[in-house]
Amino acid sequence: MWDYTDKAKEHFLNPRNVGEIENPDGLGDVGSVACGDALRLTFKVDAEKRVIDAKFKTFGCASAIASASALTEMIIGKTIAEVEQVTNSDIAEYLGGLPKEKMHCSVMGEEALRAALAYYRGEKVEDQEEEHGPLVCSCFGVTEDLIRKVVRDNNLKSVHEVTYYSKAGGGCETCHERIEEILMEEQGSSAEVSERDEPVVVSGAKMTVIEKIARIQETINNEIKPSLHKDGGDIQLIDIDGNRVIVALRGSCTSCPSAGITLRYAVEQKLKEFVSDELEVVEMK
Amino acid sequence: MRKIIYMDNNATTSVAPEVFEAMSPYLTELYANPSSMYSFAGEVGRAVTKARSQVAQLINAQETEIVFTSCGTESDNAAIRGVLEAFPSKKHIVTTRVEHPAVLNLAKRLEKKGLSVTYLSVDRQGMLDLEELREAITESTAVVSVMYANNETGTVFPIEEIGSIVKEKGSLFHCDAVQAVGKIPLDMQRSQIDILSLSGHKIHAPKGVGALYVRRGTRCRPFIVGGHQEKGRRGGTENVASLVGLGRAADLAAAYMQKENTFVRDLRDTLQHRLFEYVPDTLLNGHPEHRLPNTLNVSFGYIEGEAILLMLDEYGICASSGSACTSGSLEPSHVLRAMGIPYTAAHGSVRFSLSVYNTLEEIESTAKMMKQIVKRLREISPFNAESDFAPTKKM
Repeated sequence: MWDYTDKAKEHFLNPRNVGEIENPDGLGDVGSVACGDALRLTFKVDAEKRVIDAKFKTFGCASAIASASALTEMIIGKTIAEVEQVTNSDIAEYLGGLPKEKMHCSVMGEEALRAALAYYRGEKVEDQEEEHGPLVCSCFGVTEDLIRKVVRDNNLKSVHEVTYYSKAGGGCETCHERIEEILMEEQGSSAEVSERDEPVVVSGAKMTVIEKIARIQETINNEIKPSLHKDGGDIQLIDIDGNRVIVALRGSCTSCPSAGITLRYAVEQKLKEFVSDELEVVEMK
Repeated sequence: MRKIIYMDNNATTSVAPEVFEAMSPYLTELYANPSSMYSFAGEVGRAVTKARSQVAQLINAQETEIVFTSCGTESDNAAIRGVLEAFPSKKHIVTTRVEHPAVLNLAKRLEKKGLSVTYLSVDRQGMLDLEELREAITESTAVVSVMYANNETGTVFPIEEIGSIVKEKGSLFHCDAVQAVGKIPLDMQRSQIDILSLSGHKIHAPKGVGALYVRRGTRCRPFIVGGHQEKGRRGGTENVASLVGLGRAADLAAAYMQKENTFVRDLRDTLQHRLFEYVPDTLLNGHPEHRLPNTLNVSFGYIEGEAILLMLDEYGICASSGSACTSGSLEPSHVLRAMGIPYTAAHGSVRFSLSVYNTLEEIESTAKMMKQIVKRLREISPFNAESDFAPTKKM
């Protein structure tokens, strides 16, 4: 059972400002059903650029509902300039804190607020897309910019914390390495990252096992992943047993009936082309 | 404590008053170690013998085929690891994608150590493809481990048909029957099962006690090595009080078997009918017929399971959900995903699992409460049949 504060529980059971404002000045939709939570925030602004009304609709757990309810209470009566300063930690603080695993609910609140403010400023959706930088976590659609932001705003040190705050890395885990890189760039030596092997430089025609593994991983990352990402899928290298390359398909690939064909023709062919003719691909189900 | 309506019996059950009463002397005055050499200990030893015979009787096995363990998870580990150790040349096991984590996570761990594992898929109703099973078993398959009934959906597998295929292909058959015991009559004398796991706390015995049935002559090395207890098949001083409790619970389970399949089934069916009657956009998860009599897993469209559970909790109603948010993981239930249930439905799933201690009044009031809760959460949700929700970005 989650340890929710009385205030968070109260906001969940009696959420404030549920609904949708017609012809809003600000509108932000974030999340999706597949991700497990989603939020629509709408607000109305008066001539003095003050938020006079705000409403929300949330699909999600108790803390997602409580966070959205808190957010609306926090911004009503504030000027746009003040509202722009609201962050996810303000939302969590307003509720007397959230369980750490649930911090992403407060981040969703802030994300909806950012989206609604962009709408208010008249920015197009496509413009926003570009500003968020490359996608890091394809399971939950989390971009590099959002990860950097939550790391900075909340002084996060580990991949676990990044997952709690942004959901990034909570699915297939293939992006953990990239998240660690971001953590190291943002937090320097205080980042808690796993130890890494020194790269091994090998010369000569015959590949060592380490070199073969590295080349298989490199091929998967550079040649195979990008095309799967386009369809919302992903692939993870599980193991290499002699010439058998064991992989797992993630995201939309797992429910895709053409997964078998994807493997046989795309993955195996690429690996044969870039690494070795003898490789065989096996899917771990 | 306020009054609760307990509908989470697949998670755990209450200790039956008769069970508690039977255990009580072994937690107080009858504390001797059953292995000791004085009559004070002999009395305790006889209690363990009686418990063994009670458990054997419930599944129509011989007493010597029952090995006591600490829980269902230990039983599963002991079965699979024990067989693998007995057949070191066989490096393959077969299981399903919908097993309990006790089997599934063990399989994943063994895979990392070089074992190969076939995970059988299930269809939309949670059923296996028996041809896929037949093809999966090879000469190097040490054991096939398939659960009797699924803890999340209640879907019951055709265990004897599966067993026949496993035997025909010459492998060993382990069955995690933790959810089936007490609900489905089990007869080991007429079964294809070689090794079977059961757990006490699912049948109104306390937590921390389980058993393993190992068919006479089946090769299975001990998992916990220590003293000579359990004829060397499981070391460790007997948890006497809990074993006595398990024995008494086995008696009760046999006595209540009929009631589980009439009274409890009727309650479950009533709850199911009411929910479908009261709440639109509702989906049944699991097989409509081949299902445990006490289990109902339903998905409510457009809303999320944890929120439903917390609202139920306000009224003292205890249930569970396959939603991601309840587990601390971010992905919904592996069982519902394996069945191909859409994410939307998986996130909004609620499992009600009943027992002989539930009443019709509880069912009726839960159904009415669910009607209100779903309505309230749907009013908060941005999704509905014709929602225009358009994220400016995913998150």
